[in-house]
Amino acid sequence: MSLHVTHLTKLYGHQKAVNHISFYVEKGEIVGFLGPNGAGKSTTMKIATGYIPPTSGTVLVKGLDVTTHSLAVRKRVGYLPEHNPLYLDMFVHEYLNFVGRVFGLSHQQLKTRVPEMIALCGLTREQNKKIETLSKGYRQRVGLAQALIHNPEVLILDEPTTGLDPNQILEIRKLIKEISVDKTVIFSTHIMQEVQALCHRVIVINQGELVADDTVANLMKRQQLIRVVVEFEGEVNEQELAALPGVESVEFIRKGVYRLLSQAATDLRPAVFRFAADRQLSLVGLKQEEHTLEDIFRSLTATPIAE
Amino acid sequence: MIQVFAKEFNSFLNSLVAYIVMGAFLTGIGLLTWVFPETSVLEYGFADLDTLFSMGPYVFIFLIPAITMKSFAEERKMGTLELLLTKPLTDWDVVMGKFWAAFMLVLLSLVPTLIYYYSLYQLGNPVGNLDSAGVAGSYIGLILLAMIFSAMGLLASALTANQIVSFILAAFLCFFLYTGFDSLSTFAGNQGLLVKQVGILYHYESLSKGLIDSRDLVYFLSVTGLILLATKITISSRQW
Repeated sequence: MSLHVTHLTKLYGHQKAVNHISFYVEKGEIVGFLGPNGAGKSTTMKIATGYIPPTSGTVLVKGLDVTTHSLAVRKRVGYLPEHNPLYLDMFVHEYLNFVGRVFGLSHQQLKTRVPEMIALCGLTREQNKKIETLSKGYRQRVGLAQALIHNPEVLILDEPTTGLDPNQILEIRKLIKEISVDKTVIFSTHIMQEVQALCHRVIVINQGELVADDTVANLMKRQQLIRVVVEFEGEVNEQELAALPGVESVEFIRKGVYRLLSQAATDLRPAVFRFAADRQLSLVGLKQEEHTLEDIFRSLTATPIAE
Repeated sequence: MIQVFAKEFNSFLNSLVAYIVMGAFLTGIGLLTWVFPETSVLEYGFADLDTLFSMGPYVFIFLIPAITMKSFAEERKMGTLELLLTKPLTDWDVVMGKFWAAFMLVLLSLVPTLIYYYSLYQLGNPVGNLDSAGVAGSYIGLILLAMIFSAMGLLASALTANQIVSFILAAFLCFFLYTGFDSLSTFAGNQGLLVKQVGILYHYESLSKGLIDSRDLVYFLSVTGLILLATKITISSRQW
C-alpha cells in the first residue's frame, strides 16, 4: 500500500480541521481528493508530506510513518503545494537542478533527469527563461516537474489545475495521466470533470470528515435522485403534476416547463406521458436529466455535520 | 545544507543584492576611512584602522538586516517555505544554509578592505609602522560581529512574513545588542560590568586590542548559536 491514513485528526486550537479520517491508496491508483473549500484537503496533504504533524492518527507512506521517518518519506514523495509556490527569480533549469540536488541526485543523474523532466512537462521552449516570466500554465508545469524530478513513488498534488484556462487544464490532466502509470497519485480539486476524467477512485471529505470513498461509477449509482424536465404547450396546474405517483417535488422553470424530482429510482417519464395523454395536453419535451458528479458532490457536502 | 547554501548564495549573486551590499558597504566605509575629514585616517595622522573597525559595526547594522530580511520572510510570503520544508531537508539544513550564505556575503564584502590595511602599511612612517596584531584582532572581532548580526537578521526574518518589519526588527536588535547593554550598564550600579558583558561592544573592544581571549570567542559563538537555535525553533513552530 502506497499511502495509508488511519484515524487522522488535526486540531487547530479547538477547531477540527481533519477529524478521524482513514483511507488508503494503492500503487498505480489515481485518487481524487474532493471537498469544499476548508474541508481539510490541504491540511491532510500537508500532514502526509510531513510539513505539519497530525494531532493524532498516523500516515504511512510506503509503510513509513511520516512523523517518525519524515526525511525518508519526503524522499519518496513528490509534492505540489496549493498555489504552486516557486522561486520566481530562478531559471527553470536552475530551479530543477536545485530541487534535484536537494533530493540527493548526483551530477550525472541531474544531467539526464532535468532534460527528461523538461521534455515530459513540455517546457523545452521555456527552459532557459526565468520562472517569473512564465505564464500560469507553464509555472504549473514547472511545479509538476519539480515534484517529479526524483521519480517519486507517491505524488501529492494540491489543486494542480486551479486558475488554468481550459486548454491548459486538459494538458495538465494529460500529463498527470501520463506520469501516473507507475506511481501513486493523489490530487485535490473542486472540478468534478477532472475526477471523472482522471480518477479511479474518489475520496470526498467535508468539514474534516470522510463522507465518501468509492469509485466514480459507484458514486454515480448511489445517487437516487431522478430529475425529469417536461415541457408542455401552455400552462399546466402544478399541483396536478405534484400529485403524480412518484413525484417528490415540482420546480417551475418557465411557462410550461417544469422540473420534476423523484427520490425513488423510478422513471417518471411514463407517468408524465400518461398524464399528458389523459388531459389532451401537447407534450413537447420530456427529458430525464443525467445526474452529474456535481450533484453528488453537492448532496454529499451540503449537510453540515453536527459537532 | 550545502544545496540551500548554494542556492541562497547564487541568488544573492544573481540579483542586485550582493553588488548593492558590497558597493554600499565599501563606498560608505571608504568615505569614512579616507575622505570625510572627521574620521579620515589621512587627517588623523596615525597609522591605524580604527575608523574601519569603529564605524564598520554601524554600517553592518543597516547592511546585514538588508541582506537577511528576505531570507525567510519572502519564502513565507510566497509559500516556498512549505516547498523547501517538505523536501528531504531538516529545519537545521535550511537555517544553516541561509545563515552561511548571508555570512559569506558579508565576508566577501570585507575582503576588499584588506587593501586599506596594505595602504596604511605602506603609508606608515617608517613603512610597516602599524599594529598588525591589533588589526588582525579587530578583523576577527568584525567577522564574529557579522556572524551575530547575520544570525539576528535571520531570526527577525523568520519571525515575520513582512520584509520591512524584518529589516527594522533586525536593525534594532543588532543595534541594541551592540551598544544597548553598554549604555544600560550605567544604570546598573554594582552590576554594571555584568550588564556590559552581555552586549557585544565589550567583547568587540577587547578583541580590537589584538588580544584573542577565549572568553570573547565563546561569547560570540554562543550568542550566534543561541540566535540560530531561536531561528530554528521559530521555523519548527509550525509543528506545535
